[in-house]
Parts: sequence; structure tokens; C-alpha cells
Amino acid sequence: MTWDEIGTYAVAIFLLIGAFFTLVGAIGLFRLSDAMTRLHAPTKVGTMGIGALLLASMTGAFVSGVGSFHELLIMAFLFVTAPISANFMSKVNIHKKSSIAPPNAPDDQTWSTLVKRDGDEAPVDEPA
Amino acid sequence: MKRIFNWLFPHPAMTLLLAIVWLILQKEFSYGMALFGLILGIIIPRATAVWWPDRPQGFRLGRMLAYIILVMWDIVVANIQVAWIVLTRPNSKLRPAWIIVPLDIRQPEAISVLAGTITLTPGTVSADLSSTGECLLVHALDAPDPDAIRDEIKQRYEARLKEIFV
Repeated sequence: MTWDEIGTYAVAIFLLIGAFFTLVGAIGLFRLSDAMTRLHAPTKVGTMGIGALLLASMTGAFVSGVGSFHELLIMAFLFVTAPISANFMSKVNIHKKSSIAPPNAPDDQTWSTLVKRDGDEAPVDEPA
Repeated sequence: MKRIFNWLFPHPAMTLLLAIVWLILQKEFSYGMALFGLILGIIIPRATAVWWPDRPQGFRLGRMLAYIILVMWDIVVANIQVAWIVLTRPNSKLRPAWIIVPLDIRQPEAISVLAGTITLTPGTVSADLSSTGECLLVHALDAPDPDAIRDEIKQRYEARLKEIFV
């Protein structure tokens, strides 16, 4: 078996792994029951799915002789930004009460998203 | 000598990181671009130092790399676990839970790395920080024993982060 063939198989395997985890992420988003649990599927399974697809792209580039490390950057930026969007979505979920309510913070503290600040409007009830 | 070094590199790890990112962005490696990356790595931290006054003074790069490898491994394991849960466990048997993690670390940088790690690993998403920054609100997808998850986060990640940001 030549390096070319090994590389081709490696690319195929990475593509399959990536596709599998992306599919599982989509299934999770579809079938889990409330907003907070639904958030778990894309944040976790998505990173792995995209990670494996980028790994396939990198291996493919090296096999065809034009090495590239750009995918590493995509991965790094994705891993840094994905938690932040998940964080924002969970804060929205806390406000919309679309999941079981979070416990109160201990010792006279509040969760920072629930802190009342000057200039906050009176809370408006969501239409059912 | 040390003062000049500190003035030129207010944050040596960031200088290194910026230079490496610049090099990866290029299509091909060349010494000219390496030098330019280094110059950018000096100018950007210098120019933004004013807006980042309380940056962590001690930062152990070696331990951070070991931490990143540990987290990468955990992400792979976590993905397989979460995929298994998503594909096989009916909704009625899922035990989602909120977990409160009291924090020992205080630096904002360390807390954000911890929160990011929690979101990327085993069935947990960090949702919010308490108003005084003393505890973290975490949501777990399937938590038969919430205390065990809290202890694992504290021992596995927070203890290591405490040694990285000194």
C-alpha cells in the first residue's frame, strides 16, 4: 500500500467520523426535550464533527502535496468562540424560563444575568 | 535588562501566540513573514496593554499545553458519551440538572478558560457566573450524581488552572 492510498483511506475515515458526529448533533437538537438539554447536542458533538472534517481537509491537503495548517486556526477559533455562544443561549434560556429553573445562587449572590441594573425595563411576561 | 524585556513583552505568551497565528495564516513559510509576525506580536500587546490592566502576571505555558492536550482527550471521550446518550437514551430516562460549582480561582482569565472547558467537555454547559464571581452555574445533560460532577470539575480542571495562572 502506498502513502497515497493510506492518505486516501485516512481522509475517508475522518470524513465519516465527522459526518457521523454532525448527524448525531442534528438528531440531538431535534429530539431532546427542553431548551437547555437541546443546547448540549450542538455544542459538544458539533465541535468534534467539525474537528474531524477539518482533520480530513488537512490530511487531504498533505496527501496531495500542498500542506496547509489553516484548519488548525479554524479549529482554535471555533473552540474559543463556541462556548461563548452557548453561554449566551443559556442566559436567554434562563430569562425565558424555557427549562427547569436554575437554583438560587448561595450566600446572598444572584446569577449575573438576573442582576437588576439601572435603566432595566420592568420585566415583560412572554406571551404564551 | 529585565525592565526592557517587560516593556517590550508585556505578555510573552501572547507575543508567541500572535507570531504563530500570523505564520499559520501565510500560505508559505518565509523568514520575512516570521520577522513581521514577531513585530506584530510586539506591537499588538504593547498597544493594547492599556485596556488590559490586570492581566495575569504569571502564566505557565508548558502546563497550559499539557492542559490543552488533556481537554482535547476529554472532548473526544465526551463526544462519544454524549453521542451514545443522544442515540440510545429516551427523554424520560434523562436526568438533566443544574450544578453550582463554587470557585477557588478569582482571575477573570482563569474563570473564562474554566467556563469554556466546561462547555466543551462531558455533557456540561456553563450557563452563568454569580454576581460576585464566586460560583459558576453549570447545566448537565445527564447527572445521576450532581456532586460527583462538581467534584470532578474542581479536581480535574480548576486545580490545574490554579497552577497555570499564578
